Order: sequence, then structure tokens, then C-alpha cells
Amino acid sequence: MQEVHCKMENTSKISIVNLNVASGKHQILKNISIEIPKNKITVILGPSGCGKTTLLKCLNRLTDLYPELKVTGKVMIDGNNVLEAKEDIYQLRQHMGLLSQRPYPLPMTIYNNIAYALKLKGVTKRRDLHKQVVSYLQQANLWDEVKNRLREPASRLSIGQQQRLCLARGLAVNPDIILADEPTSALDPISSQNIEEKFVELKKDYTIVLVTHVLRQAKRIADHVIFMYMGEVIEQGSNHEVFENPKMEKTKQYLGGTFN
Amino acid sequence: MIISTYFILLILVLIIFSIFAKGIKAISWEMLTSVPSGGYYYGKGGGILNAILGSLSLAFGATLLAFIIGLPVALYMNAFLVQKKKLVGVIRFILDLVWGIPSIVYGAFGFSMMIFLGIQTSLLAGILTVTLFILPIMIRSMDEVLRTIPTGLIEASYSLGSNKSEVAFKIFTRQSVSGIITAILLSFGRAIGDAASVLFTAGYTDNLPNSLMEPVATLPLSIFFQLASPVPEVQNRAYASALVLTLIILIVSVLSRGLGKKYHKTKINF
Repeated sequence: MQEVHCKMENTSKISIVNLNVASGKHQILKNISIEIPKNKITVILGPSGCGKTTLLKCLNRLTDLYPELKVTGKVMIDGNNVLEAKEDIYQLRQHMGLLSQRPYPLPMTIYNNIAYALKLKGVTKRRDLHKQVVSYLQQANLWDEVKNRLREPASRLSIGQQQRLCLARGLAVNPDIILADEPTSALDPISSQNIEEKFVELKKDYTIVLVTHVLRQAKRIADHVIFMYMGEVIEQGSNHEVFENPKMEKTKQYLGGTFN
Repeated sequence: MIISTYFILLILVLIIFSIFAKGIKAISWEMLTSVPSGGYYYGKGGGILNAILGSLSLAFGATLLAFIIGLPVALYMNAFLVQKKKLVGVIRFILDLVWGIPSIVYGAFGFSMMIFLGIQTSLLAGILTVTLFILPIMIRSMDEVLRTIPTGLIEASYSLGSNKSEVAFKIFTRQSVSGIITAILLSFGRAIGDAASVLFTAGYTDNLPNSLMEPVATLPLSIFFQLASPVPEVQNRAYASALVLTLIILIVSVLSRGLGKKYHKTKINF
């Protein structure tokens, strides 16, 4: 196990060093230092309000939208600190596809939800657009269900379909990281399974960071696990390490369900 | 609660009923399709076409202008100034303040500007004054709609790599179509129904509007002049004019609602 762990460290995609986030006097994240391995599913576990979502938002600088948040530290992605990115942050965000708790389809047609993302990426020719829209919808296992209703507003889809549409849209900007914030919490079991299977399939091409509080889901698909509590990282390690041999008392309590 | 609801309803019904009852007697095809003839205000023939067309062109002009200026302001406040919450708060406060200024003050301001610029009472001066008057209504109504856009949608739009203007013009406007239409409608209603702001600025005339630089008649002023007449028939015509004004607002309201719904149903391209 130790060996595997070392190997992961060597290929980390994202490394976070001493990340602190505060809103006024309230410290949301405290001295976070973690490694997120490339082409693996990293699951961030923890009870609600422990700062998981904020951590995710630091990665693609959505924290910029909230002026009250003070972010310090380093978030290195492929060796660049995104918190002081010189490069255009709009382009930076395209390296990461975001899947949120509830799907938020853009207020336009199913087709244009994907086409919008592609246009941002610079695809303009009609034929290319169409080809890629089809391909991304297929990748998200949605094409067969929507191929006859591409011109309908995306809001008419079921919530499970909307989440897959959002996944397709996220993939369409051609990212190398997928950030998922409890993406299955609003979905029925079958839709959830759909998304989970998709993640396992996608990890060969993408680095996936999944925030969840569903233990079973984490156990099923995680390669690497980070356990957070009250804004701090309590424990991190491989799936086996954290689930079978947790070192910290807090982790044991949380996994055992005896958490207060 | 129930009593006050019914009370309000009763008053509304009474207003509409009295306009209808008195107006329907006096309304005629001639009244809708001709301009006042010589002795119109003493009970002779003619109509209020001058005021109908004048009011419509004035209100359409002012609403259009206020929309063109107002939409970017509302978008700017909500998409570009998110990091400056205090500034946005101040802007909102000022807009609410100017919203409350009586329209006669806008009329007086417009009038003094006209003297300063050397413009006579005209459709143009009327449009500009009414634009100023409805601008706060337009901006704040759109602003209130834009504020309700879910954070999740905003985050989703940015996470795709959209910049602020793309989020503002492609996402915000689409998400708020029906609210924006309501804002336009509200402004139009205020624009067409206001008498005080056009009293000095648009003037009054018995002619049809034919140029931006000529005075125009408006329905509220036409109602005022007819009500002021000592002849009972002319007073009834005032109610008929009020009926016309109410119907115009009704038609515009129904049309815009239909438009909003249609926009949601049909395909959306960009």
C-alpha cells in the first residue's frame, strides 16, 4: 500500500499547500495541504459544512465571485499556482469541468447548452459544432434520449437527464479535471449509478475530484480519499487506507457512524 | 386580510365600471378616428385620434429609449459589480429615491433643460423627459429580476469559462426574459398614463403627431381638458378617453405576456 501511495504522490495533478479561506472572522478552511493524483478519482469526504464545497471552488477560482472570502496559500495545478494565475482566469476555468449538487442547465435549448460551451472554446463552424454536440451528448450517455428533442429548452429534461447534460457541457470545454460537488445528491438511485459508472469510465482521461457525504459511494469509486472535518483535513490516503485502517479517531467515528 | 383584499377588488371594479359606464355612451367610431374639429371641446364633432397616436408614439419612444439605456445598467450592476456590494447598494438606494420623485418635478426639470437647450415643446422633449421619469422604474424592476438568478446558474456559467459580458448578455438576459418584459410593461404603463411630466414638455395640439420637433397631444391631458369642459357630453368623452387609455394598456399587457410565453416555447438560437 505504501508503495502505491508514493507512486500517487509522484503523479499529482493538483497540490494544495497551506490553503486558508476566511469569511470575515470565520475561518472556513484551515491550513489545507493535500495532493490530488492524476487520472484517479479523489473523494473528499466529510459532514455538511466542513468546507468541502469551498475547497472545490478554490480550485477553479469561483471564490472570486464572493468578495467576502479571503483566500491565501497555494493551489498548484500542473505546477502553476492558480490563485495567482497570470493567465486569463476564464481560460483557466476551462481546464476544469464543474458538476454541482443540483444541475443548472443554461436557459437555452438542449443543443445550445453544449454549443454554448463549444463556442467558448472557439468552435464556430456549424458542421464541427453539430458533430461535437452529438459526440459529447453520447459521452454523457444522453444522446439516445434527446436526439429527437435537441431544440427543446433544457429545463424540460428530467433532473437526472439535466445532470448528464451538465456533465456533457462540462466535458465540452475539454477540461482535464472534473470537479463534482455531490453530483448525485438530487438524483434517483439509477441516475446516480449512471453518473458513478461514468466517472469510473472517465478517469482514464480525466482527474476527478468528487465531493460527497455518501460513504458507500465513496467506498465504491474512490481511489484516493480525503477526510475533512470543521475546515481541516483530518486524514488522507488511498481508499483501502482510509476505509479499512483509519488512523485518526475522528475518521473512525465518522466511518463507524458514531459521529455526533 | 380577506376584507382588505375584497375592498381593493371592489374599488378596482368600481373604477373600471364607472369609466366603462360613462365612457361607453360617448365612445364612437368618429371619436377614435378623427382629430378634434373647431368646437370639439364645446360638444361639437371630432375625436381624440391626435391624443391616441400622440400618447402611443410618446410612450413607445420613451419605453424603447429607457430600455436601451436601462438594460445595460441593470446587467452591469448584477454581473460586473458583484465584488462591490456597497456600491451596488448605493446605486439601488439612489434609484429608489428618484423613483419616488413626483413626475411634475421631472416635467419641470425637462422644461428647464428645454429652455437651456433652446428646444420647444415637442414630441422629442416629451420622450426625453418621460424616459428620465421611467428609467428608475425600468432599471430597478429589471434589477430585482436579475437578483433572483440562482447562484448555481451563475457559477455554472462561469465554470465553463464565460467572461462577465457573456454571462450578462447570454445567460442573464435569457434567464430573465419574462421579468424583463414585465419591467418594460410596467414602464410603458407609467409612460402612457402620466400627465404631469408631459404638460410642459410635449405640449398639446389638435394635430396628429408628424414630427419629433412638433408638440403632441396625449391621452391624460386630453382627459384633463375634456373633464374641464362645462359641457356634460364632453365630460363623458373624457371617460371614453380614459376607457381608450385603459384598453391600450390592457392590449399591450396581453401582447407582451403572449410574447414572453412564445419566447419560452420556441427554439432559442444565438
